[in-house]
Amino acid sequence: MSGNNSIAHARKLVEQLRIEAGIERIKVSKAAADLMQYCELHGRSDPLLVGVPTSENPFKDKKPCSIL
Amino acid sequence: MGELDVLKKEAETLKTQIETARKAVNDTTMEAASSGVAPAPRIQPKARRTLKGHTAKIYALYWALDNKLMVSGSQDGKLLVWDTHAGILANCVPLKSAWVMTVSFSPSAGLVASGGLDNMCTIVNISGEKPKTMRELDGHDGYVACSRFLSETSILTASGDQTCGLWDLETGKQKQSFLNHVGDCMCVALAEDQNTFISGACDSQAKLWDIRDGQCKQSFIGHTGDINAISYMPNGQAFITGSDDCTLRMFDMRADQEVMCYQNAQPTAGVTSLSLSLSGRLLFAGYDDFNCNIWDSLKGEKIGVLSGHDNRVSCTGIPSDGMCVSTGSWDSFLKIWN
Repeated sequence: MSGNNSIAHARKLVEQLRIEAGIERIKVSKAAADLMQYCELHGRSDPLLVGVPTSENPFKDKKPCSIL
Repeated sequence: MGELDVLKKEAETLKTQIETARKAVNDTTMEAASSGVAPAPRIQPKARRTLKGHTAKIYALYWALDNKLMVSGSQDGKLLVWDTHAGILANCVPLKSAWVMTVSFSPSAGLVASGGLDNMCTIVNISGEKPKTMRELDGHDGYVACSRFLSETSILTASGDQTCGLWDLETGKQKQSFLNHVGDCMCVALAEDQNTFISGACDSQAKLWDIRDGQCKQSFIGHTGDINAISYMPNGQAFITGSDDCTLRMFDMRADQEVMCYQNAQPTAGVTSLSLSLSGRLLFAGYDDFNCNIWDSLKGEKIGVLSGHDNRVSCTGIPSDGMCVSTGSWDSFLKIWN
């Protein structure tokens, strides 16, 4: 009867849950605000969002590469 | 018998405590909070390069920090290193085991790591004339699904044996193991300061870990299927996961919960991979149905599609300068879009 195993397992689970329960949480509204602020601040320098001018595009020529 | 009952009761109490604490800070949704934000532009990136060279399904790709080299791994048993600007092959690394699931570069790009169904993570030095196998990290009891270098001498792995591992490449030994998932570990992402990392697994959970002491700090629930992909938002406070449940989800670590779910009107295809643009605003997700959807990460709206592959999109990647997005497919091709 592995009673001791079950107890050891249950102890570990409780220990883990204690750690996870003990953290500080911030409001979702604050988390969302911070995220939106970050995206707003960095959006202007996001090439995929604002587009890459042809002159600065390292992939501008459409070239298939084949080694077969 | 008494102690077991007491412990079970305490576990239930703690679970309820966590749920209550999460609800208490759940004062809005990301979608509601972002309703005032201007919609992201409807972008239509063009396929600028099609890289042909693999002869079987591509399973993984990874960009070097120079934003030019990219490595891909295929079940044809090869890793191919591409000079994506010139559109040519730069190197070819034959693998001992063809069953590759993950590839990555070290920060210098002098080393590549690959892992897969051989249960090992193999480190190859590609900075010399010929590729030279440097280490075979042997210790997992299951497949290696993901590997990420912390430095030239340290690497993190995620395994089908339900653990993640931190390895010292100088000794070839595991320095730390991360035990808490109850399903195959499929993906990991490192925090910028490398003190923590996040993992996604087949137990439908994502977890935050302390790298030094191996402790799981937080567990994130919400998905109802295997989590195949995970990536930090650039602000470092949130992350996005992609799953077989056909959704992507954003979790905020300080709010300790899911804050957004990205789901198609007809959710029929699992998510295999994901990448975030430089600001984090654009989310590129590869699906089983051969497409790569582009999502507005803040508003949760689909704003575009990259279509061009003739089979499942298995991997995606965006280089550190954010200049393009690459996709790899079971159709054996890689494409580069911007």
